[in-house]
Amino acid sequence: MSEKTYLQALNEALRQEMEQDENVFILGEDVGQFGGCFGVTQGLFDKFGEERVIDTPITESAIVGAATGAAFSGLRPVAELMFVDFIGVSMDQLFNQAAKMRYMFGGKSTVPMTLRMPQGAGIGAAAQHSQCLESWFMNIPGLKVAIPSTPYDAKGLLISAIRDDNPVVFLEHKMLYGVSGEVPDESYTIEIGKADIKREGSDVTIVATSQMVYTALAAAEKLKADGIEAEVVDPRCVLPLDTETILESVKKTHALVVAHEAVRFAGPGAEIAAFVAEEALEYLDAPVKRVGAPFCPVPFSPPLEQHYVPGVEDIVEAVKSIR
Amino acid sequence: MALSKKTLTQMYETMNRIRMFELKLQELFAAGEIPGFVHLYLGEEAVATGACSVLTDADMISSTHRGHGHLLAKGGDVKLMMAEIFGRQTGYCKGKGGSMHIADLNLGILGANGIVGGGGPLAVGAALASKYKHSDNVTLCFFGDGASNQGTTQESLNMASAWKLPLVFVNENNGYGISCPQCKSMAVVDIADRAAAYDMPGVVVDGNDVLAVQEAIAEAVKRARNGEGPSLVECKTYRWRGHFEGDACTYRCDQELKDWMEKDPIPRFEAKLLENKTLTEKEVEKIKARISEEIDDAVAFAKESPLPPVSALMDDVYA
Ligand SMILES: Cc1ncc(C[n+]2csc(CCOP(=O)(O)OP(=O)(O)O)c2C)c(N)n1
Repeated sequence: MSEKTYLQALNEALRQEMEQDENVFILGEDVGQFGGCFGVTQGLFDKFGEERVIDTPITESAIVGAATGAAFSGLRPVAELMFVDFIGVSMDQLFNQAAKMRYMFGGKSTVPMTLRMPQGAGIGAAAQHSQCLESWFMNIPGLKVAIPSTPYDAKGLLISAIRDDNPVVFLEHKMLYGVSGEVPDESYTIEIGKADIKREGSDVTIVATSQMVYTALAAAEKLKADGIEAEVVDPRCVLPLDTETILESVKKTHALVVAHEAVRFAGPGAEIAAFVAEEALEYLDAPVKRVGAPFCPVPFSPPLEQHYVPGVEDIVEAVKSIR
Repeated sequence: MALSKKTLTQMYETMNRIRMFELKLQELFAAGEIPGFVHLYLGEEAVATGACSVLTDADMISSTHRGHGHLLAKGGDVKLMMAEIFGRQTGYCKGKGGSMHIADLNLGILGANGIVGGGGPLAVGAALASKYKHSDNVTLCFFGDGASNQGTTQESLNMASAWKLPLVFVNENNGYGISCPQCKSMAVVDIADRAAAYDMPGVVVDGNDVLAVQEAIAEAVKRARNGEGPSLVECKTYRWRGHFEGDACTYRCDQELKDWMEKDPIPRFEAKLLENKTLTEKEVEKIKARISEEIDDAVAFAKESPLPPVSALMDDVYA
């Protein structure tokens, strides 16, 4: 066990999986010598060579499609798009091809493909480089969607994603790459679709994803001062979604706030709020509250961008409105 | 040289404006004064300048993530651009867009674009609108060598040719898409060769020779205005800086950069203008001093301008 950044944890997961399975390879724009747009694939080109760490032309459709084709031809590709925003260019290859293959072919094929994409606001990259799009992918049967918050989760989930026989969309938050935490040196997996309780509490459940986990933990500390003990549940994957852990927590705390950076309207919180209302309404003492980004593109100017991303106060306020 | 003194002087000014604008940004970015990404156009000034020099205000351009040069060459306001890059309320996009998204529809600037290959289809649409309205406006689509590999670019070339649209595809081949050299991303050496697949003229020009660019684009624009359809003009050039400011740029060798810097398009053009007496040394000095002042004024304007109020966050999502 040692202290590693989220970025290092991802890099280690890739390296270890490539070491233990020669069918695992990487493809994407500038993933080779350059080491990836944010540095996640650094050093892998030197270690594994250009046959296994492949720089592609700028052509997202072909990257996602080629990864899909290679996956159902027996390889385990890990494709990288520089920013999740570019998925628009290749969406057909993801949602009509990768996600549908197995079902359409009556279970004959598997598509063990992992698609890594950074998302999120915070670096002044403006509207076409800052979105959180997990709710798009949540609506596509056939995909799995991991969205890790900690370095520990990032490594274990990425290894699981690579070993999974389904296409896994792996969403990294670019503001998390520098966050560090304890990460085992050896290889390990985390079950895809298993939530983690990041903080125990009795008075309110805050379901938070990705970067919002840290915001929720900070909010929980603030709430503690007011005598409110918040439980912070990190689903770690939004598809499949660990409804069980969320329900258990709500049954204990009797109140729910969902926090994510994706736009609030029709965001992942809408699904979470809806199933809790369906399954556990009688346990709730108050309406479910959702915290998410406003319904507008991500602005460039720093004060606007900061205002756009939900903050600690937004979560504190949401909790206080029901507790 | 059949061009008038006025045109040549304007071209010289534009190249210097782009150069000084970018050098200033390089300095400001290093000083931590500019948020977000900045992709500089240093070294490529002759392409935008030569290409836009043949356009009217009513003609249009679609631009890229490396758009400052295109915008300035099309007449973009230095102050409004600078303020936008600083994220100020007074900027071209009220601080909402930043360097990668500046647009000025009154000048036919359809926008810089953060999506590589995003501009091609938009340019097709603009050219379609010109044809639809029977205007004789032409659209120029700027795109990189990297962008030429996007499906959107190929789809645009095809559609423009099938529909004989008044469109000129201006390929800025600076040899790299971020760290990826052209030879690793495509088998062809000349991107202009791809024009053949769409049955349109494909021309290669020295992209560091503003007059060569001007001439090739003028010919393509003439064709487009005459209803003869699109062309692809490939301008071979080089970007001096890394892909973005902050890029350590370890993927290419110093000698390559040195060789290209020796082909700096500005002194080359300047020498020609002095030699054939279009401009005197004195005039050159004056032009440079004036533009330098213009840029300084723009920086001052940007710095004095207010940041947008948070109340503006939800403005302009819908019309
Ligand atoms: C769809 C999409 N894919 C990838 C990127 C990331 N990206 C930005 S610029 C760039 C390189 C573009 O190369 P080229 O078209 O040659 O233009 P240049 O930067 O050389 O001017 C890449 C890969 C992007 N912005 N959009």
